[in-house]
Amino acid sequence: MNWLRKHLVLILGLLVLVYTFIPIFVVVLMSFNDPASRLIYRFDGFTLHNWLNPCEDPAMCSALGRSVEIGLLATAGSTILGTLAAFALVRHDFRGRSTANLLIFLPMAAPEIVMGSSLLALFVGAGFAGQLGFWTILIAHIMFCLSFVVVTVRSRLAGMDDNLEQAAMDLYATPRQTFWKVTFPLVFPGILGAALLSFSLSFDDFIVTNLNAGQTTTFPMYVWGVAQRGVPMQVNVVGTMMFVISIVIVVGGELNSRRRARALA
Amino acid sequence: MASAAGTAPLADVDMSTVSGRKRGKTGYLLLLPAAIWLGVFFVIPFYSLVATSLFDPSGSDSRGYDMTYHVANYWHVFQDYRGPLLRSLWYGAIATAFCLVLGYVLAYAIAFKAGRWKNLMLVLVIAPFFTSFLVRTLSWKLILADDGFVVNTLQAVHVLGSDGRLLATPVAVVAGLTYNFLPFMVLPLFASIDKIDHRLIEAASDLYANPIKGFFKVTWPLSLPGVVSGTLLTFIPAAGDYINAQLLGSPNQRMVGSVIQSLFTDANNYPAAGALSMILMIIIVAMVLVYVRRAGTEELL
Repeated sequence: MNWLRKHLVLILGLLVLVYTFIPIFVVVLMSFNDPASRLIYRFDGFTLHNWLNPCEDPAMCSALGRSVEIGLLATAGSTILGTLAAFALVRHDFRGRSTANLLIFLPMAAPEIVMGSSLLALFVGAGFAGQLGFWTILIAHIMFCLSFVVVTVRSRLAGMDDNLEQAAMDLYATPRQTFWKVTFPLVFPGILGAALLSFSLSFDDFIVTNLNAGQTTTFPMYVWGVAQRGVPMQVNVVGTMMFVISIVIVVGGELNSRRRARALA
Repeated sequence: MASAAGTAPLADVDMSTVSGRKRGKTGYLLLLPAAIWLGVFFVIPFYSLVATSLFDPSGSDSRGYDMTYHVANYWHVFQDYRGPLLRSLWYGAIATAFCLVLGYVLAYAIAFKAGRWKNLMLVLVIAPFFTSFLVRTLSWKLILADDGFVVNTLQAVHVLGSDGRLLATPVAVVAGLTYNFLPFMVLPLFASIDKIDHRLIEAASDLYANPIKGFFKVTWPLSLPGVVSGTLLTFIPAAGDYINAQLLGSPNQRMVGSVIQSLFTDANNYPAAGALSMILMIIIVAMVLVYVRRAGTEELL
């Protein structure tokens, strides 16, 4: 009884954590499902068919490919723009800082539906109603990923020890050398984290994308479409893969930073 | 890593004054691309939305709209879609309350009880949410299905009637919202709780506060910044979401986001869609301002 009282909060916390994983178990389970009918969504039997034939519905794989493509380009764009802005905000002083901070903050606080519909209003107003598609999605994704990149890189940069850079310059490193040999490697984990966040935000976005996509279909839009008329089990294969890949990346990063911390110590 | 990226255009960053912030043009130049992008694709669109919401509703997207400052659009859409609008705010608020309870327990456990497993637990909090939002929500559809384990159990203990169901009810929609937006609550709460000096809590118990009183007098007030930003970061997307309502609910649980979406893409009624979007934005901003003032904290993130 005493033991229970002492560990009650931890047990409750672990229960909440288990709860967050329940749908993931279902996704993994359903990726091995052999459905009796496409219309009834339940586990009927075990098969490897879905894993061996991931592209049974070519529409799914082309939507997936498009999402990856948009995700990579949006990540590159938002990471570059956002990192530059983070350096400006942490390392430079200029008029309009608070306006800039507000401008960065607002897209994270605005409801997606409002952001998406404003962007659509702009595109239609500017006469691009017929050109909605890949490029308008990409523009939108860079826009909403940008703020998250700035915030992530900014916090890494702000928490950084200046002394290492001072030391480099005391030892006659040029500003350029100092930047590439000291500053950049120290900020890099933050930039990498921001890039991963951007990719997952872009890859997973539905509401903004759906408004600005025209006839183009991304992976979430494909899932939305088939949700009404029967979901192919391969969707769960993709869901499982996304989970596994992100776990590998995150745990790998964690182990790597532990190893480095030990090497430094 | 650094040498591989050595050709990137970052090289002219002036590091001559590392301590303290440097004044000069470089700051503007670094900020400019991001500021332009957000200006053109976030701020200007907002003006387009305001303009669209005031267009003459008799136009169409093919013939074009006339700007008539038709403020009546707002009144009309409010009349027509009051149900989904209020429902969205209501579902968002209930889901936020559930998230606060679940999220607080989890964040507290990670910050104070996880010890050396702290980082691992934090990673595990985010990990499930890397799987596609829609795929996750679909799996809730399976979990809450009519002949599923959850419904059968609830029927067996007579919480639900023998023909009771969860899918296509507000319960399923709120459950989906709670689940999907939980990390937005946990992370800010954790950041706040993790900063609390544990000695303050010990001091409270030394002074004979029982754990519950100690919690409400010490821990809770000190975690308020996290509570405020967590509830905002959960409520805003939850109220605007329509994926959960559409996949787990029925037309009776339709939320405002779905109305806006279909007014834009199916009905092509841009002025009404714009006005409804504006109303949602105005309500949310008003609520946020009142809430932040009442909570007495300006610290949002």
